[in-house]
Amino acid sequence: MPLIEFTDSGLFCRQGRFYIDPWKPVDKAVITHAHSDHARPGNSDYLCHHLTKPLLQLRLGNNSYETVDWNETVFMNGVKVSLHPAGHIIGAAQIRVEYGGEVWVASGDYKIEDDGLSGAFEPVRCNTFITESTFGLPIYQWKKQADIFNDIKKWVAQNKEAKKTSVLIAYSLGKAQRVLMPLSAMGLPVFVHGAVWNVHQALVNSGWKLPEVQRVQPDTPKEYLSGNIIIAPPSADGTPWMKKFYPYSVGVCSGWMQVRGNARRRNTDAGFALSDHADWDGLLQAVKATGAQKVFATHGFQSAFSRYLNEQGIEAGEVKTAFGGEEEDGQTENVKEGEADNTASIKVPTV
Amino acid sequence: MKQFASLVNILGTSTKTNDKLAALQDYFAAAPAKDKIWVIAIFSGRRPKRIVNSTLLQNWCTAITGLSQWLFEECYHTVGDLGETIALLLPEPSGEDLAGEQQSLSWYLETFIRLEKEDEAIKKEFVINCWQHLDRTEKFVFNKLITGGFRIGVSQKMMVNALSKTVKVSPSVIAHRISGNWDPVTTIFESLLSETGTSSDYSKPYPFYLAYALEDAPENLGDINEWQAEWKWDGIRGQVIKRNDELFVWSRGEELLTDKFPEYNAFKALLPAGLVIDGEIISLALPAETGVFKPLPFSALQTRIGRKNITKKQLLEAPVGFIAYDLLEYSGKDIRTMPLVERRLLLENIIQTIQHSSIHISPLIRVNDWDALKQTRLSSRDMGSEGIMLKRKNSVYQVGRKRGDWWKWKIDPLTIDAVLIYAQKGHGRRSNLYTDYTFAVRDGDKLVSFTKAYSGLTDKEFAQVDAFVKRNSLEKFGPVRTVKPELVFEIAFEGIAASKRHKSGVALRFPRMSRWRQDKKPDEINTLDDLKELLETYHQNGSGNL
Repeated sequence: MPLIEFTDSGLFCRQGRFYIDPWKPVDKAVITHAHSDHARPGNSDYLCHHLTKPLLQLRLGNNSYETVDWNETVFMNGVKVSLHPAGHIIGAAQIRVEYGGEVWVASGDYKIEDDGLSGAFEPVRCNTFITESTFGLPIYQWKKQADIFNDIKKWVAQNKEAKKTSVLIAYSLGKAQRVLMPLSAMGLPVFVHGAVWNVHQALVNSGWKLPEVQRVQPDTPKEYLSGNIIIAPPSADGTPWMKKFYPYSVGVCSGWMQVRGNARRRNTDAGFALSDHADWDGLLQAVKATGAQKVFATHGFQSAFSRYLNEQGIEAGEVKTAFGGEEEDGQTENVKEGEADNTASIKVPTV
Repeated sequence: MKQFASLVNILGTSTKTNDKLAALQDYFAAAPAKDKIWVIAIFSGRRPKRIVNSTLLQNWCTAITGLSQWLFEECYHTVGDLGETIALLLPEPSGEDLAGEQQSLSWYLETFIRLEKEDEAIKKEFVINCWQHLDRTEKFVFNKLITGGFRIGVSQKMMVNALSKTVKVSPSVIAHRISGNWDPVTTIFESLLSETGTSSDYSKPYPFYLAYALEDAPENLGDINEWQAEWKWDGIRGQVIKRNDELFVWSRGEELLTDKFPEYNAFKALLPAGLVIDGEIISLALPAETGVFKPLPFSALQTRIGRKNITKKQLLEAPVGFIAYDLLEYSGKDIRTMPLVERRLLLENIIQTIQHSSIHISPLIRVNDWDALKQTRLSSRDMGSEGIMLKRKNSVYQVGRKRGDWWKWKIDPLTIDAVLIYAQKGHGRRSNLYTDYTFAVRDGDKLVSFTKAYSGLTDKEFAQVDAFVKRNSLEKFGPVRTVKPELVFEIAFEGIAASKRHKSGVALRFPRMSRWRQDKKPDEINTLDDLKELLETYHQNGSGNL
């Protein structure tokens, strides 16, 4: 019996009687981070990092939350469980599971580069590593965060000069706070969509010191916004909500912007390949650092990534999740917050 | 090259026509004259011959990156563009590699020409050296230039408009100036575009006048007597030019086709001097008597396109003729502003005088009212035509696609309900999305694939089908997914011909998805017998029978 099984409800530790990021309601859920494709409602008990708790409260309401610190050990039916920084978003954790001398790590989503907010990714030695592979192809190699921030600032400055408002599309939890740092340094007022505002407030209330933002309100005068910066979630892109920013230019911050066709399809004026996921080199680096004898790839290009690992002499298999097929294209992330989003409301015929 | 790469970047990502226009204008205002000429050449389809094929580029890239073949292909099918895939995979230059001398766009293109006849090793050294020094955006542009395909979201029309604003010459004059047979290596920007400049190029075609599809009821066009009705023929629009005792045949895509069709050789001696005829290059069955012609399906013409050496058998099975629509130049004089009826009279005279079995005048449809024309239109398919063209009798010959005086009134397409069975990722803005589909009809309890279709759905529908494909793949053959046969689409097409190349025995003309039949189950789709019945009814002397 493997320490962690892949079931219809998600990753399951039978010995410890808990699930990791289950997508169907279960008794005990260990949550890697607060994005909605990982933290689902309806579980009886949640275990997460204490930084994640206020975010889960925001999204899932009040539930039974147990929180731990980094590297703090919890025993569940004799199974030793601890959380380690994944560097993905605030509070994002890798889950280390140990029993009978065997160690498994479920990575959740992660990135290697320290973004200054989410904590530095910590490599954890293990026998078996379950890794995400959202960007598991070698075409995905990110520029350094500082360089992308420079690109974004240059773009905002150009817009300002052309008397256009800069609308940056960034997921309300994670990316929005990440781009806020360099943007606030530009000295222009930063306005945010309600979804971004709610996350911002939740973080500020739990003690985070974030740069000041203003919420776009129905009665916010147009001239306050003109030429300045707006941060909005993907679901707001192209909706009538954007009308009052006219004239504006839209910049999408997403790893998918690495490929021109994706940016063109999004119909965006500018694409910034800024991702909260590891790029190809990052994934390989993480896998090697674990020293794992066996790797399972999930969430993304798992088939290509695991085949590559096998060729490199690292035994690897692929795991399918309920979210997305084999090449999830990040659209599920749009669903978080239950925001109206036409890409998210797609009904796929069920088998 | 940096300047051009940044132009391409704006053109490729900008969503607004005005921004693209502005970017082009800025470029034309600032770039070196030599580069400008090349930009005009590239965006009007005059690229240097490709000096290396894509397999070689791929091999060099995998050798540099150490990636295996399958992983490269996986990347390519996700990106949907070879040049971009390579640019993304190759390492970014750093330090001194970036410091090297900047070369101009024209330097790159003229080096391609210079290297054309060189050994592979020399080409390889050149390409790899360029890859080492160019940043990712430049590498992408370089790869696009070297692979020859350069479709990046700019139409020739947009470039013409930008040029027109830059040099302050009207767009129609520019369109004519940049057409025809000029060589970017020897042509000077000013002399190509200046209105007074005397061009020595007597091969130049006129910009084509194109019609929009008629959407309203024809009655709204007013009195039928003001309109000339003709059949809409399904070949390649072209111009036949006789000047200086030479013959030129141009396609609408501005490809010089004179030598492709030996049937046209005779025109050189027969046509009067200083003449430009607009018409349709089309495959015609050998007529029993002069003056009567029978068009063959487009698939017959396809057997002749792109072929360098033509066999006697092909000449016999798919003879190519010309159906004349209009006269643009007469006795060396541009007569495009003359009313259509007068141009037509001159044209009728010429065609009648030369009496040749390969050139015919497009016959007029004479009816007294719109209802009669509607009736006639129903027989389009029997005529081997796609519908009816309506042209205002007093119309001048305009430049490009314009509303008002010319309309195409096509017949409704044929349709068949089919189920999606294979899917492949698309290209360009459909990168990493399953948008290229193969469809099947039923044959007893089997499914028989009969056509591919890539168009007709909205972005949202494509996203839905893509999600379905990703969750319902049965098998993978390389980039192709075998999909659970569940989604039903109505496939529309313009014609059907017998084909030995397809399993189903038929080939469709211009198939596309006209509707997603979410109301239909896979067991309600059409059958192979239904297809065969359509073939029987509409096979129009299909080339397969000859």
